[in-house]
Amino acid sequence: MAVAAAVLVAGLLLALMVGRYPISFAELFSAIAGKLTGHAPAVPSTIDNVVWQVRGPRVASAALVGAALAIAGTAFQGLFRNPLVSPDILGASSGAALGAVLGIYFSLGVFAIQALAFLGGLLAVAAVYAIGGAVRARDPILVLVLTGVVIGALLGAGVGMVKYLADPYGQLPAMTFWLLGSLASIGAADIAPLGIPVALGTLMLLALRWRLNVMSLPDEEAKALGLPTGPLRVAIIAAATLVTSASVATAGVIGWVGLVVPHIARTLVGPDFGRLIPATALLGGGFLLLIDTLARTVSAVEIPLGILTALVGTPFFIWLLASVSKTWS
Amino acid sequence: MILSGHNLTIGYRDRVVGRGLDVALATGDVLALLGPNGGGKTTLLKTLLGLLAPQSGEVRLGDRRLASLTSRQRARLIAYVPQFHVATFAFTVEAVVLMGRTAHGNLFSRPSSADRAVAVCVLERFGIAHLRERPYTMISGGERQLVLLARALAQEPQFVVLDEPTASLDFGNQGKVLREIRALALSGHGVLFTTHDPNHAMRAADRAYLLRDGIRVGEGATGMILTKAQLERLYGTSVETVNDSTGRTAFLPG
Repeated sequence: MAVAAAVLVAGLLLALMVGRYPISFAELFSAIAGKLTGHAPAVPSTIDNVVWQVRGPRVASAALVGAALAIAGTAFQGLFRNPLVSPDILGASSGAALGAVLGIYFSLGVFAIQALAFLGGLLAVAAVYAIGGAVRARDPILVLVLTGVVIGALLGAGVGMVKYLADPYGQLPAMTFWLLGSLASIGAADIAPLGIPVALGTLMLLALRWRLNVMSLPDEEAKALGLPTGPLRVAIIAAATLVTSASVATAGVIGWVGLVVPHIARTLVGPDFGRLIPATALLGGGFLLLIDTLARTVSAVEIPLGILTALVGTPFFIWLLASVSKTWS
Repeated sequence: MILSGHNLTIGYRDRVVGRGLDVALATGDVLALLGPNGGGKTTLLKTLLGLLAPQSGEVRLGDRRLASLTSRQRARLIAYVPQFHVATFAFTVEAVVLMGRTAHGNLFSRPSSADRAVAVCVLERFGIAHLRERPYTMISGGERQLVLLARALAQEPQFVVLDEPTASLDFGNQGKVLREIRALALSGHGVLFTTHDPNHAMRAADRAYLLRDGIRVGEGATGMILTKAQLERLYGTSVETVNDSTGRTAFLPG
């Protein structure tokens, strides 16, 4: 847990200090101290500006998005009893992607695009849940996952269709950029629409984290141990979908975080969700901060986040698979 | 207290598995459920556990209908030891046993020190306290069965229902589990278990309930009901009986 917290703090400091306008630790410290005490900061206003106006919102949203995707991934891995599940298993990402490309296609404003993405994510998961619930089967979890795969493929086809119809000079690049994930255009105004749903969903999952252990057992065992599994499953899916949809609406599609971070956290604190949920939130925030700092500093042109997380995530995941697969049987 | 089923029709949405079943189990008593595969043993077990609603008839727990209890109330009275425990995550043995305390807290509570004390107590009862920190996925099949028994007792129930507790265990561990079943009855629990081996019923149960094609074909004290004729009829195969000088009986199939 200490390691996870340290990664988040290191990520925060690094992200605030590194960039086209480097800031030293002392300067950062006095800029923060100035803000906290309410006195005029003892640093040039440029530095104050960079910390609070330029990097601040981006750093905050990177931490929020990373924490949200990681915690949603952890909850879904428990709920679906499968360590290879990621937060978009029920179609949250593909629903949000379709919402966003439709918004871009109809040349809507930034907030309308985000709202459409958010709604798209929620609606996709609601549809998957409704269809999965209507199909009666012995294993409701399996039906739910398969429905998610099918609906996700359909939504993917929808995204392809909209891209095919889009204006190839203005809209298509915007769609492609959004689908690859980026925090480059984040401003202070984005923090509330991202932060409020993420905080709500995260608090809910934190509150239910001790029950996630039991929810990761077969349905009948969890019932026999005294849990109302049906309503509880709805609550967990709703919370995880809320944080995923809010993240994808703000930052675009960023894969791998929700899959890789829970595994790293499991090697640090073990599989018990009581400790795992807070650890993944901290680690996810730190992980995406480091990735985002890389994305904007490694070359003159920003690298899309989705590409970097895949570049970092793939070899890391293979290493994990080879070395610590015993931590999940 | 008595756990009882009255004139039960059991089965799933599209399929009736058993009809006209009456069954009763008192605390301190051990009942073995015997019968061929597909005869409805597991379905009857799940119905008595409240995991599956009967299509007609009712299950009662004392003077209350089982269906009127919340899952939390039910879990404080009846514990379930499943046949296979498919573990996805390598929880520690202690974490698995603590899951038995779920019904003693609310939806948001973390395990209390009292819960941990109960967990240590049941682990010691089964002599597996030394496995506390071990991943549940890395212990032997026999140890795993004892951990699931410990988890059931951590629920502090009146009744313990076990689905083929001796299947997939080696000879030594079968004996160990049968002894623990007897011990559960001595500590005042009502125990219901299914088994494929009539000798296990002879060894651990007070009464046996014979189920074939969803119909009760016999019920009674194990010494009375478990006979060569009954077993041949139940399984549709010839059975040999072995007697020793003290009058005890064992059965050999074929």
